[in-house]
Amino acid sequence: MSTALFGSLQFGILYALMALGVYLSFRILDFPDLTVDGSFVTGGAVAATMIVSGVHPIYATCSAILAGFIAGCVTGILHTKGKINPLLSGILMMIALYSINLRIMGRANVPLLNEETMFTKLGSFWENSAAASILSVDWAILLTMALITLAVKFLVDAFLKTEIGLAIRATGDNKRMIRSLSANTDWLIILGLGLSNALVALSGAFVAQYSGFTDISMGIGMIVIGLASVIIGEALFGTKTIVRTTFAVIGGAIIYRIVVAFALRVDFLETGDMKLITAVIVIFALVAPKVIESFKEKRRRKQRHARHMAANQKDGERLA
Amino acid sequence: MVSDLLKLQHIHKVFNEGTIDEKIALQEINLQLKPGDFVTVIGSNGAGKSTLMNIISGVLMPDYGQVAIDGKNVTHLPEFQRSKFIGRVFQDPMAGTAPTMTIEENLAIAYSRNKRRTLGRGVTKKRKEMFRQYLETLHLGLENRLNAKVGLLSGGERQALSLLMATFTEPKILLLDEHTAALDPARAELITNLTKEIVERTQLTTLMVTHNMQQALELGNRLIMMDKGQIILDIDEKEKKNLTIESLLEQFQKIRGEQMASDRAILG
Ligand SMILES: Nc1ncnc2c1ncn2[C@@H]1O[C@H](COP(=O)(O)OP(=O)(O)OP(=O)(O)O)[C@@H](O)[C@H]1O
Ligand SMILES: [Mg+2]
Repeated sequence: MSTALFGSLQFGILYALMALGVYLSFRILDFPDLTVDGSFVTGGAVAATMIVSGVHPIYATCSAILAGFIAGCVTGILHTKGKINPLLSGILMMIALYSINLRIMGRANVPLLNEETMFTKLGSFWENSAAASILSVDWAILLTMALITLAVKFLVDAFLKTEIGLAIRATGDNKRMIRSLSANTDWLIILGLGLSNALVALSGAFVAQYSGFTDISMGIGMIVIGLASVIIGEALFGTKTIVRTTFAVIGGAIIYRIVVAFALRVDFLETGDMKLITAVIVIFALVAPKVIESFKEKRRRKQRHARHMAANQKDGERLA
Repeated sequence: MVSDLLKLQHIHKVFNEGTIDEKIALQEINLQLKPGDFVTVIGSNGAGKSTLMNIISGVLMPDYGQVAIDGKNVTHLPEFQRSKFIGRVFQDPMAGTAPTMTIEENLAIAYSRNKRRTLGRGVTKKRKEMFRQYLETLHLGLENRLNAKVGLLSGGERQALSLLMATFTEPKILLLDEHTAALDPARAELITNLTKEIVERTQLTTLMVTHNMQQALELGNRLIMMDKGQIILDIDEKEKKNLTIESLLEQFQKIRGEQMASDRAILG
């Protein structure tokens, strides 16, 4: 397999966790949460800073999850208790997190090149094990990450079927109904956004460790990438059940990476064009289904018209 | 003596107070319901019926006055806490259910209304069986469609499901606000009959708003009429039995006429 394709697969799997978080806020809670751009970096910043200061990468990653959870909860509190509209609550939190992330890191970029990360630990574990001759380290890491992402997916699926999970889904679906069934929608929104951003931060922590650095600007446009993954996945793989949709979101995240990798191979496009490419992909994914539908409708109408005309003509002939 | 299950005292509600849009929606409402009372509520558009329902359920707070349920003052209890013991069905069939979720999931949400929601599974095998039995009482065949999304159901089916969801945990009070108004006559009758059946079986204390006079006379053991934010008529069981639409309208005209006359007297 080409390295470009392998790379997109690996990053796709890591970013899929972020996309699952975006799915929770955008689709389940029906809350367009822009905190993501900030909480993704928060995850990376907390993990990187702790690893550099000697904390075990697993603890560092868990702390990143917790930090993301808190960030999401704050957005939820701004919206429910502060009565600030959803978009603005997210934007405010995103801006606030930029400064907080800088404080956590102490500078704009924290390299992890000579540090022990989850991936270097996994790599050295694998090299020393008996299985090393069967599967290369790169593949072992890829498979492990795929397993972790799948495990998170199944956890999310199971959570959404619990009593609390059902109440969160109903909050996104029909607030009036769920309030009349004695659920505190404020609390459910706060919890839902917390969990969503916990996943985003986990993704940030993994991406930072995999790429060997955390950068203050690595979250820019993250929400659009997450949305692109959700929309592409849903369009290609369907949304019949929750189990299926979360699969679709992971698939969407991987396909998004592959599309971007191929787009960057086109001669006149540069790395800096990536955000533009992302925006174009999202616009395409949003507009294409509608265009296709109206095209089909037009054709149907034309056929109906033709049939009508033919029938009329026959009648005319009979009369004459 | 049986104590009151619902007691409203001196309820006042004004919208947009102090502006040119000021609207007195409720004034000096006093109402007491005994356990098992089934009260039908009639009155013209804007009389304040929905506002009264919203005050009881906690969607709106009264400007003045007290709401007590089963002897407990709930005036300042938020809506989601009060709905532990108040079941509601709305006029809009879309309002009472979550459309993207399945029938069994909707029922599971309603089932945990008076319990603490946990990380346990919402739809267990045992509950599924129970939901199936409850759905059978609706005679709509919904028991075979537990996994269907509620968004796919017709308005009547949804309203029947809402009614079941509002009542099967046996709350203390059932509030129905024109819950058959958006349905065609056949479906409306179906839901009316279901309502009657469920209320009779569970002995739920019920307030039902309706614009259908015939329905208001047939159902329940008490009838109140509202106008301009006040309860202008309160008819008990004995009197209600002999009541006809004509005599009801006559009484309404008489009360309104008297009031107009006294208004005129005051204005001089
Ligand atoms: N949120 C609100 N803000 C301002 N005015 C309101 C509000 N809700 C109700 N009103 C006004 O209060 C009055 C009573 O309204 P309400 O909805 O209780 O009437 P109703 O008896 O339910 O009428 P209908 O039979 O049309 O449903 C109306 O004049 C209405 O315009
Ligand atoms: Mg009304």
